[in-house]
Amino acid sequence: MPMNESWQTAEIPGPKKASLIMKPDIADAMIRRAKRPIMIVGHGIIEYDVEGRPLIDCLIDLSRKAKIPIVSSASTNKEFLAREFEPAAIMSAIDISYRLTDPEWKGLDGKESYDLAIFVGLPYSMEWTILSGLKHFAPGVKTMTFDCVYQPNASWSFPNSTIKDWAASLKGIVENLED
Amino acid sequence: MNLWGGSTMGRKSVNFSIKEINTDLARFRDLNITIGAITREQWDEPMGPTPFPSLTTLRPWDQRLLKRYKPFYLPFCDLCCMCTYGKCDLTGSKKGACGISMSAQQSRTVLLSACIGAATHISHSRDLLTHLIAASGRDCPINVGGTGVEVEAPITRLVCGIKPITLGDLEPVLDYCENQVTQLLAVTHTGQEGNNLDFESKVFHAGMIDHVGMEVADIAQVSALGFPKADAEAPLVDLGLGTVDTKKPVILVIGHNVPPATEIIDYLKENDLFPEVEVTGICCTALDITRYSPKAKIVGPISWQLRYIRSGVPDVIVIDEQCIRTDTLFEAARINTPLIATSEKNCLGLPDLTHEPVESIISGFVTGTVPGALILDPEKVGEVAVRVAIAMAPQRKKHSALPTKHQLTEWAKKCTQCMLCRRACPNDLPVAQAIRLAASGNLSGLDELYDDCLGCGRCESACKQKIPVHSLIVTAADKKTREETFCLRSGRGAIQDTEIRKVGGPIVLGEIPGIVAFVGCANYPKGSREVAEMCMEFARRRYIVCTSGCSAMSAGMYRDEEGKTAYERYSGAFEAGGIVNVGSCVANAHIAGAAIKIASVFAKRPLRGNYEEIADYVYNRVGAVGVAWGAMSQKAAAIAAGFWRLGIPVVVGPHGTKYRRMLLGRADKEADWLVYDARTGEQVNGGPVPEHLFFAAETKEEAMVMIAKLTMRPNDTSKGRANKLANYIDLHKRLIGGIPPDVYRLVRTPADIPLTMKDEIQVHLAEHDWKEATIPDPTLLSRMVHSRKVA
Repeated sequence: MPMNESWQTAEIPGPKKASLIMKPDIADAMIRRAKRPIMIVGHGIIEYDVEGRPLIDCLIDLSRKAKIPIVSSASTNKEFLAREFEPAAIMSAIDISYRLTDPEWKGLDGKESYDLAIFVGLPYSMEWTILSGLKHFAPGVKTMTFDCVYQPNASWSFPNSTIKDWAASLKGIVENLED
Repeated sequence: MNLWGGSTMGRKSVNFSIKEINTDLARFRDLNITIGAITREQWDEPMGPTPFPSLTTLRPWDQRLLKRYKPFYLPFCDLCCMCTYGKCDLTGSKKGACGISMSAQQSRTVLLSACIGAATHISHSRDLLTHLIAASGRDCPINVGGTGVEVEAPITRLVCGIKPITLGDLEPVLDYCENQVTQLLAVTHTGQEGNNLDFESKVFHAGMIDHVGMEVADIAQVSALGFPKADAEAPLVDLGLGTVDTKKPVILVIGHNVPPATEIIDYLKENDLFPEVEVTGICCTALDITRYSPKAKIVGPISWQLRYIRSGVPDVIVIDEQCIRTDTLFEAARINTPLIATSEKNCLGLPDLTHEPVESIISGFVTGTVPGALILDPEKVGEVAVRVAIAMAPQRKKHSALPTKHQLTEWAKKCTQCMLCRRACPNDLPVAQAIRLAASGNLSGLDELYDDCLGCGRCESACKQKIPVHSLIVTAADKKTREETFCLRSGRGAIQDTEIRKVGGPIVLGEIPGIVAFVGCANYPKGSREVAEMCMEFARRRYIVCTSGCSAMSAGMYRDEEGKTAYERYSGAFEAGGIVNVGSCVANAHIAGAAIKIASVFAKRPLRGNYEEIADYVYNRVGAVGVAWGAMSQKAAAIAAGFWRLGIPVVVGPHGTKYRRMLLGRADKEADWLVYDARTGEQVNGGPVPEHLFFAAETKEEAMVMIAKLTMRPNDTSKGRANKLANYIDLHKRLIGGIPPDVYRLVRTPADIPLTMKDEIQVHLAEHDWKEATIPDPTLLSRMVHSRKVA
């Protein structure tokens, strides 16, 4: 299937579309370049494994290694708590995204605005619209998605991928961050 | 003074009817003369400041709300393609050729949507009222609940400043609505409005007008058609595919405007045919037909259209208006079932046979020479539909468009796993995987999809192999469809004034934790069951739960551990722990009306043309929340907007982000939450309650926690706030995990802390450097300050 078409066929945004994360190095470079990244994790993550490990464990590794605070939306928090991992905030995806459009907002810790927001696990169309909101109204925030499908409104997105390819890429990103 | 005048009651209030008169000059027979407007004052309450408000009359109130709840735009498209300058790329800070920004364009689109919704309800209301006046006369009295309902039309009284007595009195109300919607629609023309917040104010206006239109429709039909009148014990009626007796001829009615369906019932009764024929319905006509006759049956919400038609059960399909699949004629032809269209708004390319003889129409249908027809005479529809159903049933033998299980497997083998079905599915359901299983004879995957399927059929349109995917799902779930045997309490209409007096105090003080209204369409992320579960959870927690429209049906389509549906388990009274089905979409007006009546009937605030004060009261004191979990339509957008202007927050499901913007508060900005303390005139922090005005939740769990939070109001007493906090915290612990992170913002005094949670909350408060605050007598209006000490 085409790599850079919206996963939901009809959800075509317009001229500005996400760049593809074809290699883990691309995402890794963006994360390293970001001064203040943040990750928003939706309930959909519980459906996926990364090469035999639950995706949530992979994201916890990523958060710890790259020091990226996690915002847990919906009931995802229970999954984190079950792993004795405390997200930086429990907040709805709508709430945290709205705050990201405010250039005056100093983040969850009151220190500084975020410059990179990574999304994963929200319902496709909801993530699509939220990323659109950020594309248009949060010019200071780059966005990236870690879902296995293409999200055109992000700054960077994985292509539409098989679970196997996507998992390998995601694992690569986490491993690179160990270097 | 405004264009509409304060107390003018009727443009057509003087009617002369002369059977026969002979003079030297002429001879008249059956002469009817109508002379324009007169004033008929029958309400001694002084007129308030804003009767018949224009587009800008309530702008200051809207601006107060919009200062607190700012739009978070979620563009559904980067472009504007509404004029020949375009397409214009509005990405980021770019402007269109007309100068419009992305934010204004989004609000403009929301306004368009709200106008479409309002126009639809008002047009429906106009057609219905015209029909009812023709049948019952302009002087037919408005009666929505006998002596139990003195405030028969709270929204109309509030907005228009008039007290309608008869059906004829409702005509100038609709005149006003039609005028306002035209004005609002004009606002969306290129180069007409450029400010996003002014667009938003007009969205609120469209919503308010929509509520007036809905109220007119429902009080007219309740009065003239003998629907339940504010009856908490309205009958339980059958709901579900499995309740239909398929041995009988079956009539299916779909839509919202009930007169053709009531004429079907009348014809059946007049000809002693009711025991012989099943009358079934989908969507709001189904709800309203059971208000007319509890023997009629509701098949399900709008998402049941394809599955029911393809089952082959209906022998004739009668459609009226709104939310009807536009390919119904095609689907009806597949099962050899004639289709009768009955609305000028929905002709489907059919020949107009309104003036043809009944026998000729029936003959055309039965011989198959006419697959469908437009008949704009409801009485004729009644006779034709019944006689055609009876004639077609033995001929059609319930010819189905669904495959057999063997055929299903053969179809599944054609699948190439291209995934286009899944990519077309609004809920991203694993359709291709289920079909792969089905190809090997395992139907469990398809059977599971049935529960979450919206019935949109987009999977079929996308399939290059022409596999009838939706039909495969329905066939696989054959057992489930036969077991859909539920019930629903027929729509009761208004809330009685006596009920309002009883619960007004506990609601305003917060002792009843809130009113939660589940309304709107069936575009659910995970099927109907979630609505039923939410309804039952909040009823168990002693909230007042209201339902309407497709959500009212969904609320009944689930049985608890004891095998009872929500309507069997809980009372239909407007009381703590009640589940109150008000009726169809237009009956949503009674939910807004109940909130208004708490201000007027219970708190005795002046109602007449006094919108701001009443909305200020509702906003600060009445813990009501609307939940449109599957909101899909433009009507839903207009309904929500009407609640927003009253200060009632609305929660939608994840698909609701496609409405293009949320209205969100910022709990972390204390300055946003200042209210006047009416006792002192000082501006004080009222707390971030309700935190949002329009919010999309990701999951049912997130929605439930948010609903509990959004019922909080600045006016809550400590006892009331403790009760609301207990529910909020308990739900958060159970569904999200842990104590909510914002409890410290919601506790004002130590007495607000729920007793059973005291220790853990005190630790939480200490961690957040919590300080005690006063509980104000809150208002956003400086003129409501008693002592006039405004800073």
